[in-house]
Amino acid sequence: MLETKYPTEPLKCWNKAKTLRENYYKDFAEAHEKGGLRWAGGAWSFDAIPAGLGDDVYSLTGEPYGATVAFNDKFALECQEATEARGFARDLCSYMRNYWGSILINKYAWPQFSEEFPKADFIWQDHICCSHSKWYQVASELEGGIPMFSIDVSVGPYEELTDHKINYIVGQMHDGINWLEKVTGRDYDDELLIKAVKNEFRSCHYWAAICELNKAIPAPLDEKSMYSLYVLGTLKKSAQWTADFYEKELYPEVKDRVARGIAAVGNEKCRIMTDTQPPWAFLRIFRYLEQYGCVSIGSLYTFGLIGLWEVKADGTWGPKTIPEIEITNRDEALRALADWNLSKPEWQHFYHPKLKSDMMIRIAKEWKLDGVFLHFNRGCEGLSLGIAENRLAIQKAGIPNMPFEGNMGDEREFDLERTMKRVDAFMESIDMEKIRKF
Amino acid sequence: MFEQFKDWYENRHDYAKKWKERTGGKVIGTFCTYVPEEILYAADILPVRILGSHEPQDVSEQHIFAMFCPFCRDCLAQGLMGRFDYLDGITIAQSCLHIRQAFTSWDLHIPVDFKYYLPHPMHVQSPHAIPYLTEELKAFKKAIEEWTGKLITDGDIKRGIEIMNKNRKLLRQVYELRKSPNPPLTGLEAMYMVVSSQMVDKREHNKALEELLEKLPSRTLGEPGERLMILGSEDDDTEFVAMVEDLGARIVIDEHCTGTRYFYEEVNTNGDALASIAERYVKRVPCPSKDWPERTRLDHIVKLAKDYDVKGAIVMQMKFCDPHELDTPAIKEALEIEVGIPIIFLEFDVTVPIGQFKTRVEAFLEIIREEDLF
Repeated sequence: MLETKYPTEPLKCWNKAKTLRENYYKDFAEAHEKGGLRWAGGAWSFDAIPAGLGDDVYSLTGEPYGATVAFNDKFALECQEATEARGFARDLCSYMRNYWGSILINKYAWPQFSEEFPKADFIWQDHICCSHSKWYQVASELEGGIPMFSIDVSVGPYEELTDHKINYIVGQMHDGINWLEKVTGRDYDDELLIKAVKNEFRSCHYWAAICELNKAIPAPLDEKSMYSLYVLGTLKKSAQWTADFYEKELYPEVKDRVARGIAAVGNEKCRIMTDTQPPWAFLRIFRYLEQYGCVSIGSLYTFGLIGLWEVKADGTWGPKTIPEIEITNRDEALRALADWNLSKPEWQHFYHPKLKSDMMIRIAKEWKLDGVFLHFNRGCEGLSLGIAENRLAIQKAGIPNMPFEGNMGDEREFDLERTMKRVDAFMESIDMEKIRKF
Repeated sequence: MFEQFKDWYENRHDYAKKWKERTGGKVIGTFCTYVPEEILYAADILPVRILGSHEPQDVSEQHIFAMFCPFCRDCLAQGLMGRFDYLDGITIAQSCLHIRQAFTSWDLHIPVDFKYYLPHPMHVQSPHAIPYLTEELKAFKKAIEEWTGKLITDGDIKRGIEIMNKNRKLLRQVYELRKSPNPPLTGLEAMYMVVSSQMVDKREHNKALEELLEKLPSRTLGEPGERLMILGSEDDDTEFVAMVEDLGARIVIDEHCTGTRYFYEEVNTNGDALASIAERYVKRVPCPSKDWPERTRLDHIVKLAKDYDVKGAIVMQMKFCDPHELDTPAIKEALEIEVGIPIIFLEFDVTVPIGQFKTRVEAFLEIIREEDLF
């Protein structure tokens, strides 16, 4: 047993989060039985837009699905080997390979809902990483030619946003809606779009507000738990159930934990953050850290993949204010949606590592961290982009850091023992000893 | 006949330094073929493409994670080692994530006077891509004007387009000669010619091409052997091409960003100049990172293979080059299954295991020749 310094207790809404996630995969599998539609696309796609097709339109976002597969290492290996046998390189995005493999072996990661991989009716994607649209170009081919639409959002960092950049994205969005009507044969409902956009504002705002609460000592949440919570935003950030869960259940509960001094890790004496997706099959690393009284309070990844942020009047980072604007028509909704998404923290480093380094250093200071673990993630070229420069910048800022190499979705490229040894060495370097109760 | 091109290729830095001394002009390093060189020529700036040196290096490791392509790391290494110390500026037009890191690390660690990241549409199949890029080109032009302190007039842009178009036209003329049953140039010579065009003043290059075209049609080389196509990632690996041709084959066409993808299309000279430049870069044969949702590149590759009467194709890929890795299975299918052209797939690094590759290429040629072993 380990010593405890702070009281701990399980999250009351934990099971609700798990149920919402399960329902999501169940709904996708059973959509056709309910007369609904299925679409597939990335977690960053503008999911508020297909929402205008009706309340019976269900999605399967690729990255969380790829991570779900990765968590089941045997299933993941089966998927990866099927993809490699098809001629694709094994250094490609491991989520993508897990997803393609699932198509190729025709098995769904949620067999209790469907033995076979449920084929989408259309693909709705966005593009900022080189793999984004190509992922679904191949997926479409593997599934016999599913209609696909993708929106390029790679217009440069938010701080350099101009009207013509917004126009480029909004123009594609309008085209996309016309395309959706054509491929589904349904009329588009702008009211449903506006409702979804407002839900997305709430989801992104409240997830950031929840992460902000982790500035508290002790941290009310640890990153391993946060993975099971932020995922809802990656499944469907524009859904009422996501926004409501974050705003009305999780946020009040975490706020209450802070008020009562409830810790995620009872023996917290060391705080770190990570970077990029974790090796999903090896989340026990986070439990290992607890032996040192070390809590990972999150990361730019967990904070900023879905959460939106802004610099507040006092100079600190806080949740981005929900726009107080009246949205009366489709164009206004699309413009607001484009602008909102373009400020996403995890979209900024695609143009320069400095933008990410600044955010990471800010987190390290404001969340009062002792160190940073940088996952040089061979499975994701998008989020590993510039990571070596991030490390140099963090080092220059005087923040201890521990790089380790691995792969979020392909366990063949992760060495657990070596990583644990590296953790031991890092902890020693920052004067942390294992806490044991005798 | 191709000595000048070879000399430019091998002594690119000496050339650029002398060009600066001679003209007093500025030199900008470019990281991708989507950079609109027309605007740089309009401003009397020499664009020089930053390429690697095909030598092992140990200076980029701390800047770019080793899972990114060796080419982008090799490019950065050239800067870190001071080989491009004559550059006044650097610029990149948005394409793949890999080369983008060479640009951003260069920006962070190698002092230059001017740096410009040119946002460039990835969704080139969208009708909104040209208007968007046109606006970005206006901003790029303005940034160049502010840096040089010189207004770029419509006439200057027109001149820039003419310089670039003339080079493209002349290169196409040379490439047309490669369609003949006995092409008057080798693949290696073609590589020196096209890659050097990305490093020297195009006006000089154009003169050299015009002189070449006077003599080339009457040049006779030996039997070409197996007519091969080479395609894939960035490729200026002259040693590899020389090895393949030493085995009795002839590379008659390529589909690389260092080859045809660089020069194949001209800018339309009618209408608004910047919009026409934008149109050219949006509609050109795309880098695979921009070739979606439809695969437009495949038809182009197949057409080249047929037009140049190709008997086999070398699909090469820079290790870890995701965009090309995402196209490779489709290319294999298009060439092998749909049109029956055998292919050999080779993964390249900054240096290639030439002996091992020689064995593989020999085996590939034996298959094409349908040679009996016994």
